[in-house]
Amino acid sequence: MTDLINALLVVILVLNLFALGTSRIQSVIRIVAVQGALLGLVTLLMHERWTVPVALSAVAAVLIKAIVIPAVMVRSLRAAEIKREVEPFIGFLPSIILGAVATAAALLFTRSLATGAVAAAPSLIIPASIATVLVGFIILISRFKAISQVLGYLVLENGIYIFGMLLIEAIPLVVEMGMLLDLFVGVFVISIITNHINQAFSSMDTRRLVSLKE
Amino acid sequence: MILTLIFAAIAAFACSGLPGLFLPARSRLGQRMAALLMVAGGLLGLIALGLSIAGRPEGASLAAAWMMPRGSFAVAIDPLSSIFLALIFIVPPLGSIYGLGYWDQVEHARSGARLALAYGILAGAMAMVAIARDGMLFLIAWELMALAAYFAATADDGPETRRAGWIYLIATHIGTLCLFAMFALWRRSTGAFALLQAPALPPEAAGAIFVLALVGFGFKAGLVPLHVWLPGAHANAPSHVSAVMSGVMLKMGVYGILRMASLMPQPPAWWGGTLMAAGAATGVAGIVFAIAQADIKRVLAYSSVENVGIIAMGSGLALLGSSLGRPELILLGLCGALLHVWNHGLFKPLLFLGAGAVMNATGTREIERLGGLAKRMPAVAALFLAGSVAICALPPMNGFASEWILYIGFFRALGSDSSAMAATAAVALALIGALAVACFVRIYSGVFLGLPRGDSGARACDPGASLLVPMAALALGCAAIGLAPSLILPAVLAAARSWPGAGLATGEAAFSLAQAAPLGWISRAGLALIALCALGFLATRRARSRAARGRPTWDCGYAAPTPRMQYTASSFGLSIVGLFSPLRAPKNRRLSVKGYFPGESRLEGKPPALALDRVARPLGLAIDRFLPRLHLLQRGQTHLYLLYVLVITIVLLAVGGLGVPL
Repeated sequence: MTDLINALLVVILVLNLFALGTSRIQSVIRIVAVQGALLGLVTLLMHERWTVPVALSAVAAVLIKAIVIPAVMVRSLRAAEIKREVEPFIGFLPSIILGAVATAAALLFTRSLATGAVAAAPSLIIPASIATVLVGFIILISRFKAISQVLGYLVLENGIYIFGMLLIEAIPLVVEMGMLLDLFVGVFVISIITNHINQAFSSMDTRRLVSLKE
Repeated sequence: MILTLIFAAIAAFACSGLPGLFLPARSRLGQRMAALLMVAGGLLGLIALGLSIAGRPEGASLAAAWMMPRGSFAVAIDPLSSIFLALIFIVPPLGSIYGLGYWDQVEHARSGARLALAYGILAGAMAMVAIARDGMLFLIAWELMALAAYFAATADDGPETRRAGWIYLIATHIGTLCLFAMFALWRRSTGAFALLQAPALPPEAAGAIFVLALVGFGFKAGLVPLHVWLPGAHANAPSHVSAVMSGVMLKMGVYGILRMASLMPQPPAWWGGTLMAAGAATGVAGIVFAIAQADIKRVLAYSSVENVGIIAMGSGLALLGSSLGRPELILLGLCGALLHVWNHGLFKPLLFLGAGAVMNATGTREIERLGGLAKRMPAVAALFLAGSVAICALPPMNGFASEWILYIGFFRALGSDSSAMAATAAVALALIGALAVACFVRIYSGVFLGLPRGDSGARACDPGASLLVPMAALALGCAAIGLAPSLILPAVLAAARSWPGAGLATGEAAFSLAQAAPLGWISRAGLALIALCALGFLATRRARSRAARGRPTWDCGYAAPTPRMQYTASSFGLSIVGLFSPLRAPKNRRLSVKGYFPGESRLEGKPPALALDRVARPLGLAIDRFLPRLHLLQRGQTHLYLLYVLVITIVLLAVGGLGVPL
């Protein structure tokens, strides 16, 4: 089972790099959706016995991360009628290299962080979560369009979600559901706001949204 | 039991303003309930202190866990905190009664409830500061006190008040910053935030803690040059708030210095020397500035600076005695300082309340616009006179006793290694005393004697009972301590004896304060003086009653005198201020009078705030020029901010996970 989980995590890591190197926003949305679906699968695999709460949690993750949020984002992408390219601040290749460096650093870092919980868990969980968080940050920092920043936020959240699996016994279901709900509402609101900002200012470039800085 | 009562008192103080928030803005009920709660709290607190002094001289303490990390809810009452608590339980309740008439809720519908709330919290937080025995709790109470004082002092919204409030806020936060550093150092050196005796404190750490305490608490106490906030805040606050700030809140700074010094082992000689020198400078500078002021409340505020200087000199003497191993110096210094804490806590509120009554009646704080109020407001004039006599340290009022004990202490220290220091301090105290007399002769004669200048005093009359009763109570307190200092000396002496090293000498070496300072003589001399004055008054009255004719006060042989011919307070003060002109940097433009029939000429003078204008403002402007460079960090770009978050996350991961030392 552990091997299967590790294999899935490797896929997630590879998807991270894909997300960094893709120029079409719609493709990035799809990548993040696949990541969400894989996460739901990993949640199921982490548990020996499938209880109702576990199943509920996994189904909710898949439903929200893989279906609802991508659908909302695709809709808002259409409605906003923007150029459907990512417009990176750092080029695609350098972004991929940065992401790879971050993944390697996360793997190295985890080796020196040998605590009890880590030893018991499938070996890739912590590095995968840290690497995903870092990649999320890189997307957030290096992309200008508001909608691709939302994607960075989603990747970041996926990283946190992976880490949460370690603590799945400790974190009650309610908390996890709350996190999912937060995420969903956040994306929903941002999508609507993006739409409105676009209508009002005919630009969604976050570089221009600086006049309120003081 | 004792602590329960104290907690009840603090709760009553802190909640006193709450009912008023739920009542209509134009209803006096909330204000009355606030005053009632304040008085009830004060009485509860005084009962607790009485029990503590009567029953358990060592005091009471309590330590409990609480939800704050690192620290415990540790409180205690010992003789030193009792001294300060007594003031906290007396002055704010009296002030709240005064506020009923002075800051009438109907007239100040917008600010009344807010002021009452801040005022109550201020009093409660001060009491909490005095009993806290844990660094964390102390800081929380301290910050509450500082903020409550800000909101109380800025109740009267106006540009000048706002500016004074800002300066106060900046000063108090710089002070608190020093205290943060101090408590952090304390925890590092002793291993805990608990404020307990730390005999094993390394000397370097102790020295650093003392310096930080001196600066941090010095801001609150108003040691020169850290007093920049003090005159403006006191002058622009409502008078009962000024009274509490000056009479009690400044003393919390003194309390902090004394508390921290008492916890540390054997102080080196430079601690006492530094404190004494700072006190002497503060005292002399304070009173000289006071003479130069034109605003009655600013005079009183600077005079508070002077009195804090006197208290600091006494505390310095005690520290010096501690390092020289001479218990009698500790006793004399601490008794003088703590007695002066009480004395100043009684007569300065009295004077501020008197100044407030004058302001209410005339609508101005300018001494130059006042005059002749003794005839229109006889009760206020008499009470203000009592306060002035007390603050000038003249018998039979209370200021005399404390300064006398300090003189004895300084003279006793003459033979020791630090005789130069002690001699300087004695001379400084004498100088301060003389200048204080000049200052209060100036203010009293300018405001109450002579003829009214202008029409500001035309409709002035004595205020109602709610203003006069608190003032009378304070004046009675001054007279009681002045006539019978031996009544309250046991409490002060207990505090002084609890100082480490003060109670050690026993047997033959045991020092008797009663012998060194025969306070019984003060009572007798005071009574004799009063009798003599009464006799003189009766004699002149009998002589005058035969041919009493109404005349203007300042006739001087002129056929048609006008009020403008009187000596003004400025002209009176100019002769003294001139002596200190290098220190004071006069900004007066003088016009010489030429010829037999000189034309119209003008004299303009602006009392400078030396430390504020010369030191604090340039410093602030320099900081203001430098800080915009930090705008580089604030670009308004979300990406950049996220980058900061990422960098911090990575650094924290490196530090926490890999153990990379910072």
